[in-house]
Amino acid sequence: MTEFVDTAAEAVAGVSDGATVLLGGFGNAGQPMELIDALLDSGTSDLTVVSNNAGQGDRGLALLIKERRVRKVICSFPRQSDSWHFDAAYRAGELELELVPQGNLAERLRAAGAGIGAFFTPTGYGTSLAEGKETREIEGRNYVLEHPIRGDVALIKALKADDVGNLVYRKTARNFGPVMAAAASHTVVQVAELVPSGSLDPENVITPGIYVDTVTALTPGTSQTQEAKQA
Amino acid sequence: MSRQNSTASQMDHQPLSREDLAKLVAADIAPGSYVNLGIGQPTKVSDHLTPEQRVTLHTENGMLGMGREAHGEDIDEELINAGKIPVTELPGASYFHHADSFAMMRGGHLDVCVLGAFQVSTGGDLANWSTGAPDAIPAVGGAMDLAIGAKEVFVMMSLFAKDGTPKIVADCSYPVTGLGCVSRVYTDHGVFLIEAQDGGPRLVLREAYGIAPEELVKRFDFPVVIAG
Repeated sequence: MTEFVDTAAEAVAGVSDGATVLLGGFGNAGQPMELIDALLDSGTSDLTVVSNNAGQGDRGLALLIKERRVRKVICSFPRQSDSWHFDAAYRAGELELELVPQGNLAERLRAAGAGIGAFFTPTGYGTSLAEGKETREIEGRNYVLEHPIRGDVALIKALKADDVGNLVYRKTARNFGPVMAAAASHTVVQVAELVPSGSLDPENVITPGIYVDTVTALTPGTSQTQEAKQA
Repeated sequence: MSRQNSTASQMDHQPLSREDLAKLVAADIAPGSYVNLGIGQPTKVSDHLTPEQRVTLHTENGMLGMGREAHGEDIDEELINAGKIPVTELPGASYFHHADSFAMMRGGHLDVCVLGAFQVSTGGDLANWSTGAPDAIPAVGGAMDLAIGAKEVFVMMSLFAKDGTPKIVADCSYPVTGLGCVSRVYTDHGVFLIEAQDGGPRLVLREAYGIAPEELVKRFDFPVVIAG
């Protein structure tokens, strides 16, 4: 059953020190900023964060890293022009990095949610990121064995949730949301709008409520969408 | 193509500009193709694709049918490309999650991927994700997935490094992104094809720009076939 809570603080209250947290988003699109802010306020530390990037500017994940709440980042693209908090923590040796090709990151998360033990992928074969990993030639092509990435908690952002936790997303903010929702033991979603069951077309539900544990709606006007329209 | 507009003296001294190179790549993309354009120089190719080509652009953060870069009121923080630049959607666009987006790529459904590179080897190995500098912060993104996913991988780069050495090499000295994956290399001084054949791939110079083909091939310490 999906539970509905009033605040982002309640939504992340179950995240414990040392947890592996899957954070949705590609850059700032789809990043659950308000949930991350609540996690920051909660004081939770020693986190392993799985996300495509490692924070930009002075928002979201960048602030968790700045405050040294993160022990390890598993991501594909940490270095950006405005990733100064990651850069500083990494150069100071205060943050462990596991660099994963973006498609492998997505598929390893998908595998976790789908009960796959491990899978062979051609991505990365012959590169330094596959060093030490098992390889196999299958029908003349070379593959690398990759293992699932499971989360204790996923924090993601969607556009709407209905009464049973079915989700729809918005444009490229969908990105890692659906695979992370399935890959975590407990999935927390921030949405711009709660709608009654029956108002989402079942044909168009992207993440069925079975994957969704906790939902919190943002106050209208604070969502990324609103900000974008005002920008 | 730009060559037709060039005077003889420009031919002697002028390689292709970045804009001309983008135009050339765009013209070589088959009508109806599904295409991914990498971050940086390859993005310019989209400026030269014509509506008649009916090319569908894929962006690996989860969209087919990507339109031009968004400006002003069209900017939407939730509609961005792989370079995190705001873009627009075209009629017929679709959205999908990251695992589907990379399955689409890895599964060989995209026709062409255009990427930048530090080096390409004569065997089609690609190096474009890391300089290998010990103090650099590593980042790979979708580079390794793109390298091995599309049916054809085109590289766009300058042919010569700042020290004057060619960036098409016998073996990559930079860390590789993928092995044997590049099929064409578009450069300011020439377009090269990496053709599979018995006994290993061969490197063919399709056309030279700003230099005679016979002079250009002398700049390499391995054989380059001049297209007949």
